[in-house]
Amino acid sequence: MDILRFITAGSVDDGKSTLIGRLLYDSKSILIDQLEAIEKQSKNKEDGEIDLALLTDGLRAEREQGITIDVAYKYFSTPKRKFIIADAPGHIQYTRNMVTGASNSELAIILVDARNGVVEQTRRHSIITSLLNIPHVVVAINKMDLVNYSEDVYNNIVIDFEKVARSLGLKDVKYIPISALDGDNIVDKSENFSWYNGESLLHHLENIELDSDINLTDARFSVQYIIRPQALKLHDYRGYAGKVISGIYKKGDKVIVQPSGIETTIKAIEIGGEEVDEAYALQSVVLHLEDNIDVSRGDMIVHRDNQPATENEFEVLLCWMGNKPLVPGNKYFFQINSRVVKSVVKDIEYKLDVNTLQKNYSLEKAELNDIIKATIKTASPIAFDSYKKLRQNGGAILIDETSCVTVGACMIQ
Amino acid sequence: MKKYHLDYLGQLESEAIHIMREVAGQFERPALLFSGGKDSITLVHLALKAFRPGKFPFPLVHIDTGHNFPEALNYRDAMVERLGEKLIVRKVEDTIKEKNLTEQKGKFASRNALQTYTLLDIIEEFKFDALIGGARRDEEKARAKERIFSVRDEFGQWNPKLQRPELWNTYNGKIHKGENVRAFPISNWTELDVWNYIRSEKIDLPSIYFSHEREVLKHEGQLVAVSEFITLEPTDVILKKRVRYRTVGDMTCTAAVESNATKIDDIINEIIATKTSERGETRIDDRVSEAAMEDRKKGGYF
Repeated sequence: MDILRFITAGSVDDGKSTLIGRLLYDSKSILIDQLEAIEKQSKNKEDGEIDLALLTDGLRAEREQGITIDVAYKYFSTPKRKFIIADAPGHIQYTRNMVTGASNSELAIILVDARNGVVEQTRRHSIITSLLNIPHVVVAINKMDLVNYSEDVYNNIVIDFEKVARSLGLKDVKYIPISALDGDNIVDKSENFSWYNGESLLHHLENIELDSDINLTDARFSVQYIIRPQALKLHDYRGYAGKVISGIYKKGDKVIVQPSGIETTIKAIEIGGEEVDEAYALQSVVLHLEDNIDVSRGDMIVHRDNQPATENEFEVLLCWMGNKPLVPGNKYFFQINSRVVKSVVKDIEYKLDVNTLQKNYSLEKAELNDIIKATIKTASPIAFDSYKKLRQNGGAILIDETSCVTVGACMIQ
Repeated sequence: MKKYHLDYLGQLESEAIHIMREVAGQFERPALLFSGGKDSITLVHLALKAFRPGKFPFPLVHIDTGHNFPEALNYRDAMVERLGEKLIVRKVEDTIKEKNLTEQKGKFASRNALQTYTLLDIIEEFKFDALIGGARRDEEKARAKERIFSVRDEFGQWNPKLQRPELWNTYNGKIHKGENVRAFPISNWTELDVWNYIRSEKIDLPSIYFSHEREVLKHEGQLVAVSEFITLEPTDVILKKRVRYRTVGDMTCTAAVESNATKIDDIINEIIATKTSERGETRIDDRVSEAAMEDRKKGGYF
């Protein structure tokens, strides 16, 4: 059993909340008391059916206004997999939330209303999916019941979306016709689509190959915390605690500590207090080094023969998340994994239109939800990979020095 | 390739350890909220994996409502003794006296809401800047929206509309003086995940999680333990039932479930088969209103 984290992109009008409600309901992740609670709220509805969308609205203001304000996380499992859904609102003013939800997702479900086809919002969601480098995409063509389960409608949408996918370089794209409201093609294959030979949505989510998404080639490890017991018999113990971001580390590996560049060897590796010969991507471990050198929180331990870039000036695609605009020249904390340094956003090269991918070069400041290309200069060098190559070591956040709020998401180019 | 595959519990464990180490690395005075329940026991187990052979970089803090299950207190004391870690206990009883607080009235008068006062006092007393807690997003819908690093203002309040975006595995722990962060390492775990982890790690739990005979009252369909904290009325019928607890909070606000499950395997089977959610079945305090949890969190509750 493993974990699939996915994001659902779409608006309430596309039936996004209904789809999530349906997945939870049909996988029996909704229990009687939760169902009773939404039944109580659904009573005002004319058709008498329970409103599955109510399951995903967590805050009072959302229920009152019938909107989704923020990213919510939902959970369900089948015997094959545990699923974590990042449920992000779809409206344009919520680019920030979709970027947030997408940052941890391995798959994006892009919802298309069969009656409307590929619209501006579909393009926007696809562009964000591609910018955030989500490896797998499902285009769920919803409300097929309202177009008489028409194969032609489905085919035309597939043709339209393929153009979008090609222009954005989306790789693994799967098209599934569904009706979230009736549960068609969600868990089981529906008989309403005699012409459709593919899988149901859940079957696809359960079986998609995920292991190959994990990078086992480029070993990256960011030091989070240094374990130095005060006990006398452990006087010489000095362990570097952190999570293997990617790759594999073995006892005896020749490594370099970045950004200082000092060489040493891995003396021992511990997991949960037990010594092991090797550690691999996603494991939280403790590394011991042969030489007694200066290593601090935020430093990166990498193989001598496979090093990330170490620079103090680089280009990023930046999604601005602050309520106050970004003014070039302003200083921010730059945090990548456990390393935090001061930085300045130098020049804004252009702003990317998230609906059309057009570049606007005459820009003085960036506003909330803008995606821009900019140059960042850091006070000391950082070790990074390009976001396209390695999300976990190419994604960074900007923090406002005065408000302490996270104001930007950087994807290093 | 299977050789380098971390299974799902391994991924959840590693994520939780990563979050705890971020707390230890980013904050000067963190603490771990320990209630004696299975979620906070799981946190302690994860802390052992994160920091041994070193000491925990934080004390354990217990807010003692005075309405605890004695089994949970015994477990707490034995555990602290065994681990040699620091435990700080503050009593809600003392806060009530010091601050002249008014206690809830009625049959199941609970101190659950008053805990918040003691919690905010202890944060001030020790100048804690981060508190690790065992809340999970699957528990309740307001919790589904909360960040892993959740900032509280100097009054301990949560503002759901002004949460920081949280991206990748990068946690922003920068705060102003007086603010604090509540950090939730097992945010992404479900009730079943916790039980599966307890089983695979063979974690010891207080005996009340397993089937035992107990005197209970039936109250709105829920079974509440007869204890000195509950006012009995002449019409009350005391039943003897075989029960276990799905969650362990106060004796006044936690209900038992009828069960013969004496082993973890049996409990897991019961949870898979159950038709009612964890909080729905066992928490008397969430039944007050649709937004009960959201309101308490906004006021400083965990």
